[in-house]
Amino acid sequence: MNAPTIWIIAPIFIAILLLPIRNQRVLSIVGGLVTILLATAAQFVPIEEAFRFGEFSIKIDSSLAVLGRILEIKPAEGSLLAIIYGATALWFFGAEASKTATRIVPYGLLITAFMVASIAVEPFLFAALFIELAVLLSVPLLTRINQPPGRGIVRFLIYQTLAMPFILFSGWLLAGVEASPGDIALAAQSASVLGLGFAFLLAVFPFYNWIPMLMEEAPPFIVGFLLWILPTVTIIFGAGFLDRYSWLRSSPQLVTALQYAGLLMIVTGGLWAATQRHLGRIMAYSSIAETGFSILALSLDPRLGIPILFLLLPARALGLAVWSLSLTVIKDQSETLRFGAVRGLLRSVPFASAGLVLASLSTSAFPLLAGFPARLALWENLSRVSLGAALWLGIGIIGLLTSSFRTMAVLSMAEEYTSWELGEDWLQGIMLGLGMIGIFVLGLFPQFVQYFLSNLPAMFEHLGR
Amino acid sequence: MSTLAWLAVILITVTSVGLLLARDWRWLIIFLSAQYFGMLILTLLHWPLGMASVKVVAGWMSAAILGMTRSGLPREDKTEKQSGLPRGRMFRLFAAGIVVMVVATATPRVDAVMANAGFAVTSGGLLLVGMGLLHLGVTDHILRVTIGLMTVLAGFEVLYATVERSILVAALLALINLGLALAGSYLLIASNAQTEEPA
Repeated sequence: MNAPTIWIIAPIFIAILLLPIRNQRVLSIVGGLVTILLATAAQFVPIEEAFRFGEFSIKIDSSLAVLGRILEIKPAEGSLLAIIYGATALWFFGAEASKTATRIVPYGLLITAFMVASIAVEPFLFAALFIELAVLLSVPLLTRINQPPGRGIVRFLIYQTLAMPFILFSGWLLAGVEASPGDIALAAQSASVLGLGFAFLLAVFPFYNWIPMLMEEAPPFIVGFLLWILPTVTIIFGAGFLDRYSWLRSSPQLVTALQYAGLLMIVTGGLWAATQRHLGRIMAYSSIAETGFSILALSLDPRLGIPILFLLLPARALGLAVWSLSLTVIKDQSETLRFGAVRGLLRSVPFASAGLVLASLSTSAFPLLAGFPARLALWENLSRVSLGAALWLGIGIIGLLTSSFRTMAVLSMAEEYTSWELGEDWLQGIMLGLGMIGIFVLGLFPQFVQYFLSNLPAMFEHLGR
Repeated sequence: MSTLAWLAVILITVTSVGLLLARDWRWLIIFLSAQYFGMLILTLLHWPLGMASVKVVAGWMSAAILGMTRSGLPREDKTEKQSGLPRGRMFRLFAAGIVVMVVATATPRVDAVMANAGFAVTSGGLLLVGMGLLHLGVTDHILRVTIGLMTVLAGFEVLYATVERSILVAALLALINLGLALAGSYLLIASNAQTEEPA
């Protein structure tokens, strides 16, 4: 028995078995239970240590050889797998409520397994290949075969595919820099190629125009899932580069580049979100800003930045899950997600409207909500490095807050004597209610997630130590 | 072998320019298949035949997937004509000429970075990458976008084969090529739903 078989190959097989099933409830429950089981096992079952299970003594090896290379899940990565599969379970349990289970459960499980493979593969830069496979699997997830695809999905495919060659090639160049560290020109070339690869992959400004387009074209719940899993694993993959190459880690230019890229995403994401009149596009720009927060965390001293980076993950997962489910419910009730069409919907879909506003406020660093602790820590530490950067971060947050309050205002602008209704079904109400409670719990008791996060920096050899 | 490599570069030049200029989908598939043959010759300079043939087989399978999908769709694809992007052959030929000049200029520098790749391999790889990017820049038609991405990847694979000989990478890149063709076919069928709907 080995860890890659349990957390990569088994989910792939289960996903293939789930493909022909058409029952939304069965898919949602089976997918949710499988991912919860995988998350629990990842958190509590030790890797590379013998343990007793009844009368049997079991030891799970960390590695599996595949075509001359290795897939390895290190013992320290258990908590990360728990977060990834746990967050995937959020989407799978919500899949029935969003009526997307037939697509998101099998394809989502395949994508999650490939993303886990990208974390596990050695040499680690081959991760780009697994991420590309996950991107290709996203195509049937995002669009139906009987529905014309929009331009967003084509751009998504182009940008994400172009990232792979750049990253693989930069890996080879970086090895050359290690061999001859004095070659400044080669170092600059490799850093540029690497930066371009990650700019495509993480949808860094100006390569993020596919996100708002996709939010208009595709089901919000599915786009929300992709906006969680793809950037999250990519950021960890990027942190792996910093961990692996000491010259990259100690480069002041890279710190500056990360800081500028992060701030650019937060400021443009925040300001664009503030000026949108479409609820889907607001979520798109907010998720761009959210990725900016993660990149900004990477620019800080790793001993502070890496824990903040991991603290951002649960809030992002929960916020996007609630936000995308709320948008799905609202989309069912109105023709479009434009402000004109959703005005006053608070009285007909109160849970979805409240969930939307809370998730939006959480992303905007509103106090006592899930996103607040990580953003406060990020802001505080950034202000110690650069007051100017902290000011720009504040401008981005003001933009995000503006978009949240505009959303709240539009949703509550009902005619004076409109009666209150409960437009959601019981399942949607329960899922949204639990999600909103989760947003408050993560905001009020951030130490709750420390149980999962405290050991995560150990997955890196140098970062966060 | 060197003469053969330069012949492969000439073949790649003809096919990649042909991909830009051709309007009939059958020619697109023929040029794409021929392009993978050129790629095989360039890859053979650094890889054994067994591994290099994985690339050409995967490429031809991808071309076959796209061809079979397109053959099942209406004869005239309206979505391409609806695009506002430039379709003139002279414009595309001129743009391709600029790419050839840029590649000719950049090859010595890139070859210096690529250890022992050889001018033919470097220029062939860069030409494919450049033409693929140009193709992506002048079209938003799904078949052409897929072919553009496959051309960029083919160029990258030619260059990357000189530095990486892992079987896993070869297998995953073949899988990605097939996946790209399948994703392109899926989107092609889906986009056809748009042209059928009004009727």
